[in-house]
Amino acid sequence: MSPTLVIARLMLREVLRRRLILALLALTVLAIVLTAWGFSRIPSLTQRGVPIPEAQARLIASQLLILVMFMFSNVLALSAVFVATPALSGDLESGIALAMLSRPITRAQYVIGKWLGLAVLVVAYAAIAATLELLAVNAVIGYLPPRPVEFLGFLIAEGLVLLTFGLLLSTRLSGMVGGVIALILFGMAWLGGIVGGIGAAFDNEIIERVGTATKLILPTDGLWRGAVYTLEPAAILALAEGTGPAFAANPFYAPAPPPFPYLVWCALWLAAVLALAIWSFSRREA
Amino acid sequence: MTDAAIETVDLAKRYGTLTALAGLTMSIPRGDVFGFLGPNGAGKTTAVKLLLGLARPTSGDAYLLGAPLREPDAHRQARRKVGYLPELFRYQGWLTAREVLGVHAELLGLPKHEWDSEAVRVATVAGIADRANDRVATYSKGMQQRLGLACALLGRPELVMLDEPTSALDPVGRHDVREIIRGLKADGHTVFLNSHLLSEVEQVCDRVAIVDKGRVVTSGTFAELLAGDTVRLRLTGLDGADLSRFGTADREGEWVTIRGIHAERIPDLVAEVVRLGGRVHAVQPMQESLEDRFLGLLREQ
Repeated sequence: MSPTLVIARLMLREVLRRRLILALLALTVLAIVLTAWGFSRIPSLTQRGVPIPEAQARLIASQLLILVMFMFSNVLALSAVFVATPALSGDLESGIALAMLSRPITRAQYVIGKWLGLAVLVVAYAAIAATLELLAVNAVIGYLPPRPVEFLGFLIAEGLVLLTFGLLLSTRLSGMVGGVIALILFGMAWLGGIVGGIGAAFDNEIIERVGTATKLILPTDGLWRGAVYTLEPAAILALAEGTGPAFAANPFYAPAPPPFPYLVWCALWLAAVLALAIWSFSRREA
Repeated sequence: MTDAAIETVDLAKRYGTLTALAGLTMSIPRGDVFGFLGPNGAGKTTAVKLLLGLARPTSGDAYLLGAPLREPDAHRQARRKVGYLPELFRYQGWLTAREVLGVHAELLGLPKHEWDSEAVRVATVAGIADRANDRVATYSKGMQQRLGLACALLGRPELVMLDEPTSALDPVGRHDVREIIRGLKADGHTVFLNSHLLSEVEQVCDRVAIVDKGRVVTSGTFAELLAGDTVRLRLTGLDGADLSRFGTADREGEWVTIRGIHAERIPDLVAEVVRLGGRVHAVQPMQESLEDRFLGLLREQ
């Protein structure tokens, strides 16, 4: 097996052995059970003593699902940051890297191996958690968002962006410092998206550009909006269009899917940040 | 290209204004057990890290088993034949020792069918075989250092670099390490031993370099470094004879100490004593201890 795959497997094994996955999956299953119960109560809601119509129940379910998935995307984002930021710096600080890097392995293989192992984790968690949640909601209330597979794609991409960014920080900063920085920037990107929405709502080009810039610098919010769009039924889109552009500032709403060039940008961003991480780690002394 | 196991040419490493290694030039023949001796902070670990590509030199060249440091691909291939026990020895605590050795065997590119047998072999040599299936996190420091040693022996490397290999070991462990090094020498391996423990180096090394403040102060075989120029004789029946042409003589009862005599001339001295009618009961060439020499050299710096 190539050294890259040896490192990838080792990274996966570390996360599994340290029971992170176990804790994450146990809490995820608990969250899915609780939210499924919540969804199952929607049809019992009444308005002036009359049960709400089915169409309204489904609309409520669609909005609630976006909120629940927002929680999952945050769990995924935080987990990606927590596992990625110490992935390289921890090995350097402890001295584990000394014995490993003296072997016939390149720094690039070491970084890509770590990235691969963590990426498998992000993909697996996103796919399992989101699929279970979608199935559970469908089972209790019969609602399925319009584009579930695309939704998974956006969720995974958001996780990969944070994981790659965390790994880049890990080449130079300790896990704690890198983690704090990654989380602050993640929060700022989310806020930047809201600010950009406000700019759009009030036709203020400068403020709108702030939003666009943050979406380009750290594409987490841009991808999150893509994920939101895939969860919105046509009725919601029609409703939101009626309320005017101000609705765009709502972080749980997306008026349109991200344009294709933006997706290309995200792919390039991932490749460039990973390349930067390799370059930075190659220059780092063990 | 060089046939030496390790060759450095003016190898230097500076961190800002701090000079960790100032122009190291040395050549270690294959098959030697070489002691790199110096006080803490002398630059010993820096030298090893530069040789293994873990840190980048500020200037100078180095060759590891003939492969130049400047050629990353050749250097990486050469590392296949190098085992390394770092001074800061830490291994994945969430793995068992056997799994750690398995990972290193895989990274080394050993054939798959050898991974486990090789792991068991080196674990046995290093004395951790009975706990090889325990997680490394449960190991004492001494056990972890033994695991590091096992790792360094994996795949029977041509060159074994040991950085302070007994720092966490008890006297039994230190003895074991010396035996392992002697075994390596007997099998024709080259050993590069970084140490500040004089006795350790003295007991196993063929040749030694003494480093201080990033420079090699002196190097050579023990015989060269510790060349004695003093001899003590116990003599009777030789009152008042003049031995001053051999060196400065001091008399203390039956014992005469001659200083400044070349070792080659000791038989001549004994013949002269006998010719003068003296009786020789004992001849003791006095050798300076490595410790005296070491301390003397460091003081001269």
